[in-house]
Amino acid sequence: MNNSKNKKGVTRRKFLIGSSIGVGVLLGAGYLSRNLIRRYIASMVNEADMPYNNNVGPSVWFEITADNKIILHSPKVEMGQGTFTGLAQIAAEELEVDLSNINVVHASTATSNIDPFATGGSTSISGLWQPLRELAATMREMLKIQAAQIWDTERSSISAADGQLSFGSKSMSYGELVAQVKEWEVPDTPPLKDVSSYKYVGKPIPRIDLMDKVIGAPIFGMDATMPDMLYGAVVRPDRIGATFGGADVSAARDMPGVVKIVEEEDFIGVVATSRMAAEEAKNAIKVDWKTDKNWTSAEIVEMLEVGQGNPIVIQKQGDPADHIEDSQQVITAEYRSPIGAHAQIEPNGSVSSVTDEGATIKMSTQVVKITRKEVAKRLGMDEEDVVIEPTYLGGGFGRRLHTPNAIQTAVMSKAVGKPVASFYTRKEEFQNDTFRPPTHHVLKAVMTEDGKIDTIEHNVSSGDVMFGSALVPGFVQPVVGADVGAWRGGMIQYEAIPNFHAISWRVKLPFATSWWRSLGLLANTFAIECFLDELAVQTKQDPVQFRLDHIQDDDRGYRLKEVIKAAAKRAGYRDEVVDGVAMGFAASTDANTPVAQVAAVAIVDDEIKVLKVTCVIDPGLAVNPDQVRAQCEGSIIMGMSAAMYEKMEVVDGQLYPVIYGPYRMALMKDAPKKIDVEILQNAETPGAVGEPPLGPIGAAIANAIFRLTGERRREMPLVK
Amino acid sequence: MNISFTINGQPAQVDVPEDTPMLWVIRDVLNLQGTKFGCGKAACGACTIHVDGDAVRSCAFSAKFADGKDITTIEGLSSDGKLHPVQQAWVDEVVPQCGYCQPGFIMATAAMLDKIPNPTDEDIDDNIVNVCRCATYYRMRKAIHKAAEISNENI
Repeated sequence: MNNSKNKKGVTRRKFLIGSSIGVGVLLGAGYLSRNLIRRYIASMVNEADMPYNNNVGPSVWFEITADNKIILHSPKVEMGQGTFTGLAQIAAEELEVDLSNINVVHASTATSNIDPFATGGSTSISGLWQPLRELAATMREMLKIQAAQIWDTERSSISAADGQLSFGSKSMSYGELVAQVKEWEVPDTPPLKDVSSYKYVGKPIPRIDLMDKVIGAPIFGMDATMPDMLYGAVVRPDRIGATFGGADVSAARDMPGVVKIVEEEDFIGVVATSRMAAEEAKNAIKVDWKTDKNWTSAEIVEMLEVGQGNPIVIQKQGDPADHIEDSQQVITAEYRSPIGAHAQIEPNGSVSSVTDEGATIKMSTQVVKITRKEVAKRLGMDEEDVVIEPTYLGGGFGRRLHTPNAIQTAVMSKAVGKPVASFYTRKEEFQNDTFRPPTHHVLKAVMTEDGKIDTIEHNVSSGDVMFGSALVPGFVQPVVGADVGAWRGGMIQYEAIPNFHAISWRVKLPFATSWWRSLGLLANTFAIECFLDELAVQTKQDPVQFRLDHIQDDDRGYRLKEVIKAAAKRAGYRDEVVDGVAMGFAASTDANTPVAQVAAVAIVDDEIKVLKVTCVIDPGLAVNPDQVRAQCEGSIIMGMSAAMYEKMEVVDGQLYPVIYGPYRMALMKDAPKKIDVEILQNAETPGAVGEPPLGPIGAAIANAIFRLTGERRREMPLVK
Repeated sequence: MNISFTINGQPAQVDVPEDTPMLWVIRDVLNLQGTKFGCGKAACGACTIHVDGDAVRSCAFSAKFADGKDITTIEGLSSDGKLHPVQQAWVDEVVPQCGYCQPGFIMATAAMLDKIPNPTDEDIDDNIVNVCRCATYYRMRKAIHKAAEISNENI
């Protein structure tokens, strides 16, 4: 691709970028809003920092090759959530091309439209739904304008279908046209087609990356290579709060294969000719780690106790404090969730090549642009001289929302003058994770005489989520106050309750905590939905009807009621244990997507087993119903794994376990053999999918366990 | 140490320290990157290969033990340009999400089906013990049964 330095000379009015690799022509556009597209494209500017503009060169969304393939440069990374497939479906509609002719690649900072923040928060499809269609429609019209000039007619006389432009008996492919165009004209954003006429959107299209993923294609960060690449290893602390106090590298320096020991103020790295040589030399380095304190799990639990620090009210209706204070019969329960590890299978790492001219880094990351900024700052380079080429991610889940490991390979590469690849070991992953923070919840309720909830209060105390990430700079914290990540799912969704109150208590833990798929949703929903169940049971009411009775009559309430009713019906929900099988019910609303789930649980061979989960989700328009199902299935089992089994402990200043197995996760034998998903679409546009179905599962299982055993388990993991 | 073996039907010879895990020989020396690193302790199965037909976790299998052996990796599973029944079933059931662990699961499944052509759910629970963080287990189970069907049809 073009070196970014050349682009400054590009004539602004011209839209054509000659490609060096013979694939035809790049069509580019930045997106701001409907009426600004035209201005932006025409000016081709670098002046403003616009969404999806990398602020370096032209922002390339589509590339049309001579053989009439469309390459879509995705500003979002593919980490399993199926975004590439959904984006291809959406683009194909307005581009008027066959889906099979669209390839999706990761946008690189060198050439294209990088997301300014991150891939995460279940926003990729919902956020790009409108802009991508507008861009695609604009491209299609640009092609028509050029065809009209060639055939000496009006744009309105040209039709576009299946990647072909035609006028009367004349026709040519997009690729043939593109090869002839010297300068483009950009029209006003054309009206979009009616969604009901779409051919791909709404269909269960197989994932477009399916074949690569079953043949073992080298598509991940850890598969990236560069010529003459060496291997690096970085010494990482294994104790909480450890700071670097110097190191003895004498033994490592002369070990076989060692090229260089790189000593920096904040880390020590080894560069060697093989991974094994780098690891062995790293292990021979004696680091003096300074720690003030040997933390224990008990101390962490104590720190988390609700009532310490500053409370931030995140939701309030009516007069909850007075009602609780005045009542003689306040029902109270406490819930807890543990430290959770991401445990994604591909470890963090990167491959960097740094020369005097610039840096190129290939890696799995959810924060492409932020990583570039960090690397540029460390190397003292201009951002435009640092190229980040994102790869497919071997799992994201929030673990790659801060990827400073790129700095380490870049620094090592600069030190040895060759490309360097370096990755975490599994122990380093477990001990240097940005964990899901542990939580403590105190719930209180006052009931009316006729069995309705008069007042409910949810206090959640949590380690940081968003405040622990690179996405939220420190100076924002005093303004924002409460950590919106920590209280995701922590609000009361039953707004027909006259008085409710949700309060967030922020705790700064001594180890890094951050985003973990769905953020606070799993733990908060576990607490609130188990408590709702307790209230229903205490007042001898059906838990499904009990929920419906407290939902307000508005659009959000309607959608929530519909998923609850559908899930109860589909699962044949009943309160009684039948043939040793108990059912538990729970529902959540996350990022405007309501989900209800029923877990059927039994004791098999002395173990609690989830036999079946019924899930009804309403994400609005489902761009790819099969991938919506896949996300539900995965979320259910991942959430079940976290709720039933997973827990990190703090022992004598260290985080344990450090390996799969001892860090107990759901395996094939634990996964429910039946998962029944129903998709409702009570909104016209696509909403969040990747995280919302993680919400109810913990509570649904705990509520089933209560019916099965009579025991109310208020602490995750539910199975000891 | 000089080590000779067959990989995906081709003879190979490497000169590596004898304790080098085969995973790194396969990935870094032979440049076959379909076999993945997950944990380095034989705990996740992302690095599963076949050694003389048995599923082996290559991160804990030293190069010296590979001498004279017949090794198959995900790249050598299919033949004649046709997907292996397990890969075909994975496509049919749209199993992968992030995809990183999938070659390991596919290799483990292929080895199981060689020994147990018609596995029960219990056989699957007992034999497929790899880790998938996207938790694609539900579709994997369906795909394993489907792969058994495809294999049986092919006979």
